[in-house]
Amino acid sequence: MSDRRPGEKSIVRCEVVADEVVASQPAGDEAAERSDCLSMIVFSGDLDKVLAAFIIANGAAAMGTPVTMFFTFWGLNVLRKSEPVPVKKGLLERMFGWMMPRGPEKLKLSQMNMGGIGTLMMKRVMQQKNVYSLPKLIESAREAGVSLVACTMSMDVMGIRPEELMDGVEFGGVATFLDAADRSRTTLFI
Amino acid sequence: MAQVDLASIKAAKIVDARGSACPGPLLEAKKAIGTVSVGAVLEIWSNDAGTKRDIPLWAKKVGHEYVGVLSGEGYERIFVIRRK
Repeated sequence: MSDRRPGEKSIVRCEVVADEVVASQPAGDEAAERSDCLSMIVFSGDLDKVLAAFIIANGAAAMGTPVTMFFTFWGLNVLRKSEPVPVKKGLLERMFGWMMPRGPEKLKLSQMNMGGIGTLMMKRVMQQKNVYSLPKLIESAREAGVSLVACTMSMDVMGIRPEELMDGVEFGGVATFLDAADRSRTTLFI
Repeated sequence: MAQVDLASIKAAKIVDARGSACPGPLLEAKKAIGTVSVGAVLEIWSNDAGTKRDIPLWAKKVGHEYVGVLSGEGYERIFVIRRK
């Protein structure tokens, strides 16, 4: 935790609980290594799926479970800042950047999008029924210490630079995810 | 806790989460439990159908005591005692 960047919310690490859990169980038991964490791969950039991911993350955090969310491929778009950030890019990377949704407010439904009308209608209904919006769920998850990790390989492929993602996002590769998954009782691929 | 008259409980704090959908009431309960002292009662009001099932599970998981639920007019009153 020593390398915390300025502006980063305090993230609830899995290790903290791991020590407690391991200590309370007989040593040498392999199951004892696993602790009470939740890890998720957010592969999808669909509004409905990402909403589900963040509702689960918020619920788990409220129940005292440390949460790691690993964003890869289309899921990376969730973490993008809504305004363009001036960065040097190649033509293909630039095209990717144009075509993909820039941040949580630009995501679309996986079904019944109907050229954006379906997504608008869904957002409207959710607001009427007082369901938290995706930006609010993300903010709440971050306040609760959920760790958001961006997959660096996908960032490279899609030409997304670290400065284009929300502040406080962490960066990691497959080992970062596997490490979190190792400590988790539940792992979801969304 | 043995049979208690829920209606007679005086909560240290009431969280009015009516109108809020999942996971709103849970998040509000979580926030509010830290503001009452250990041993005090927190009362959560919700008209989200899942809340009365979710709150006891949350309380058990994080170590608080679920006391019970009262049905109000169009909403539920859920009682939890802070235990840690």
